[in-house]
Amino acid sequence: MLAALTALLVFQLIGEIISMALGLPVPGPVIGMVLLFFALVIKGRVPADLQQTAQGLLSHLSLLFVPAGVGVLLHAHLIAEEWPAITAALIGSTFLTIAVTALVMKWLMPKEKDDAA
Amino acid sequence: MSKDFTEIWVYLSASPLLGLTVTLASYLAGSWLFKKSGDNPLVNPVLIAVASIVALLWMTGTPYETYFDGAQFVHFLLGPATVALAIPLYNQFQQVKKTFGALVTALICGSVTAALSAIGIAWLLDGSKQTLLSLAPKSVTTPIAMGITEKIGGLPSLTAVLVILTGIIGAVFGRIILNLVRVKDMRARGLAIGVASHGIGTAAALQASEVAGAFSGLAMGLNGIATAVLIPLLVTLLF
Repeated sequence: MLAALTALLVFQLIGEIISMALGLPVPGPVIGMVLLFFALVIKGRVPADLQQTAQGLLSHLSLLFVPAGVGVLLHAHLIAEEWPAITAALIGSTFLTIAVTALVMKWLMPKEKDDAA
Repeated sequence: MSKDFTEIWVYLSASPLLGLTVTLASYLAGSWLFKKSGDNPLVNPVLIAVASIVALLWMTGTPYETYFDGAQFVHFLLGPATVALAIPLYNQFQQVKKTFGALVTALICGSVTAALSAIGIAWLLDGSKQTLLSLAPKSVTTPIAMGITEKIGGLPSLTAVLVILTGIIGAVFGRIILNLVRVKDMRARGLAIGVASHGIGTAAALQASEVAGAFSGLAMGLNGIATAVLIPLLVTLLF
């Protein structure tokens, strides 16, 4: 677990360095994810230790967003002032995006034997 | 007696232990309620945790910064967790490869829809320019969204909150919308949730199936990149 966690941090660190050095708009962890993905493709399999640690971390992924979510306190005023525009934009746009993406993917995707399960 | 309690409170409220414990405990309570409800997406653990912590901080008059001193340890793990999304992605690589052309097209359509519809709806309802700019990257993962907002002149910390709210909306209602448009394929469902509602949506998709989770995680990463390129262009055209 310790080795796997270290590996994740090392990939994040490399990602951060690349992101900063090249002035990319893409944050370090996302670059780290891409690099780790290619490393796994080269290696040809996921080490058991890494699989386990990643699973542990990802099974509580939504917990990790709680601290930033509580930041809503900082902007309570602004949100209260413009709540109709903000609420409608968030809900309307999220629904539209889900529908558009899912439908385009469904139309263009090669068919699996039977997806309508 | 009551003086002792005040002393304890003064000590605890200044230490990171309280913020960290409250974060974990309220999330556990949210997860417990979620399980109890039979995995009903309306009973979202993030929503429950955020709402109860906000109420607690507000009642005790604790500033967000004090809370974050403790909560930052949880917040920090977002980085390695994002890196870890490479693993489900690798496990589903064969599936992803087969659909790559469709996936990229759907992703770009979704990315443009997310930014344009958010700006458009808020503009119709008289949102201020600062709000429009802060809303534009609301569908991508927090660190990318904040970076984009900073670049186009919005308010990054407002964006962070809008991103989380978007994620909760996607996680709560995603399944309903997908059933409404009759998309049953787990690849398409995962992709749509990831494009619209990043990591919080991905967490919900991972619970539904590993295929959906892998496509959602991939969509979240690619959409971050696509949006980072797209929004600065859109904003120069629109404003």
